[in-house]
Amino acid sequence: MIKIWSMKKNEDAAAKKKPKTSAAQIRVQKDLTELDLPSTMKTHFPDPADLLNFTLTITPDEGMYKGGAFVFSFVINANYPHEPPKVKCIPTIYHPNVDLEGNVCLNILREDWKPVLNLNSVMVGLQYLFLEPNADDPLNKEAAEELRRNREQFIYNVKSAMRGGNIKGVQYDRVLV
Amino acid sequence: MAAATVLNGNAPSADWPGRYHHVDQILDKPGPRTDPSFLAGPGVKEFLRDQCKILVIGAGGLGCEILANLALSGFKDIHVIDMDTIDISNLNRQFLFRPKDVGKPKAIVAAEFIMSRVPGVTVTPYYGKIQDKDDDYYMQFNLVICGLDSVEARRWINATLVNLVDPENPESLKPLIDGGTEGFKGQARVILPTITSCYECSLDMLNKPTAFPICTIANTPRLPEHCIEWASVLEWPRVQGDKKLDTDNPEHIQWLYQVASARAKEFKIEGVTWSLTQGVVKNIIPAIASTNAIIAASCCNEAFKIATSSSAYLNNYFMLIGTDGVYSFTFEHQKRDDCPVCGGESLDITISREWTVDRLIEMLVERQDIQVKKPSLSSGGKQIYFQAPPQLEEATRPNLEKKVLELVEDGGDITVTATTLPFNLTLRVKYT
Repeated sequence: MIKIWSMKKNEDAAAKKKPKTSAAQIRVQKDLTELDLPSTMKTHFPDPADLLNFTLTITPDEGMYKGGAFVFSFVINANYPHEPPKVKCIPTIYHPNVDLEGNVCLNILREDWKPVLNLNSVMVGLQYLFLEPNADDPLNKEAAEELRRNREQFIYNVKSAMRGGNIKGVQYDRVLV
Repeated sequence: MAAATVLNGNAPSADWPGRYHHVDQILDKPGPRTDPSFLAGPGVKEFLRDQCKILVIGAGGLGCEILANLALSGFKDIHVIDMDTIDISNLNRQFLFRPKDVGKPKAIVAAEFIMSRVPGVTVTPYYGKIQDKDDDYYMQFNLVICGLDSVEARRWINATLVNLVDPENPESLKPLIDGGTEGFKGQARVILPTITSCYECSLDMLNKPTAFPICTIANTPRLPEHCIEWASVLEWPRVQGDKKLDTDNPEHIQWLYQVASARAKEFKIEGVTWSLTQGVVKNIIPAIASTNAIIAASCCNEAFKIATSSSAYLNNYFMLIGTDGVYSFTFEHQKRDDCPVCGGESLDITISREWTVDRLIEMLVERQDIQVKKPSLSSGGKQIYFQAPPQLEEATRPNLEKKVLELVEDGGDITVTATTLPFNLTLRVKYT
């Protein structure tokens, strides 16, 4: 057997024994404790001891979604950050990039996720969707179509949906602050 | 033939004259690339054949090749772990299995097959997960070879072997040889835990699983894969609610297949089949027997060189790309200082039993050799004090007044993260 031990450079290197905490857990600790969120975003942990399941509430202070509070659930699995967190929008909202099941079309949550991204980048990405809804990546086709065709009507629909209104037969949840 | 029958009962001294004639050409005399510690002749042969204990993780495409190679090159005490059972689709390349074995555990069938074919070799199977075993189990081996298909299992065994390294005990350092294949591509690497770059160091090199933009699969499907993803990502949770999709359940695959087929028909897309459905949801990349053979050979070659010191071993990453011709390249993958498994600093600290968490944090901030600002602390997955987010800061604030001793046992670890640290710092706490 090769004598590997002699390759240990010095005593200092040999002292590097690592903890039993999993890499995913340490990474989540790092991500969460270094979150730098504006006042428009708040996290909530139903069980503060469980870092892997929590919600994020976004309350945009500008744009057409101003006045609403939008809650997203975050579920992080043991393979983080190899896999992105699973994010869903909890209330039914009228938004071109969010479908009625709460699925969100945000590239970094799926095809463009990379381990160098973190929870902060996902949260900032989500907030951006409320400032700049994007009609080119529709998940709610009706909403996207409206945004493209008639911006005034779209904004009117957003306001109405946020009050718990019914648009084209779909009942939306009241999300006013 | 008659001799083989007699020898088939794992007789311990099954070596016949000339059995290892070819391998012995390497072991009987030093060559130009042998390690200075190489014990030519009986010494090295005895270690390889009577003492060396090797663990093979995975008894699938790579595992079958690895087990056969190891047994035939003279390793005699081999252990194998696999949690899977044999599927009929394995039989084209997993040559230790026969049609009668379908449904049986891979580890057990593979072990029996090797023992019946290679006299004198003991293969000890374990049918279950690697996570079932503790540090003592992994401690008994000299070497570990992985032929896995999962990132998660690799991360686990890598972290386990890195954690196993005890500065006081040279035996605790177990070389890890990791093989992997994806179609015509493959890699073999030698990981010396805490010395070379580890699996986690290279996590960012992984190809991410193919994912399509969710809006494409929802609105503008063009490929059969888009229809299958639509069925599994959007329709399954919508229709089946909280029921979890089990990709090993044929009924679930059947449901997805039907939903995807209907979708494909609507958009005039051809090519949705049952096996494509299964392939997409399980993220299956077709396995190529010859890629497995090359990578397994490379892994076993490294195991042999490390176990015998007969030649310089791989430093530390061999990649093979067989998609256009046969290209291979070997390079030294660099260790990362900010690797969450093998990077980071570790520090022994001795503090008073009376110290509060607050006092400990004050010490961390003051110490010149650490220089952390706003550290967050946890131990064994439990929070001690978090600087953010506000709710967690508030929830953990009462701990500041508590004695460290109440939260961390003597000799326990504290994980410290802070923006000023590359990744984290581990404190090993002793009390006076």
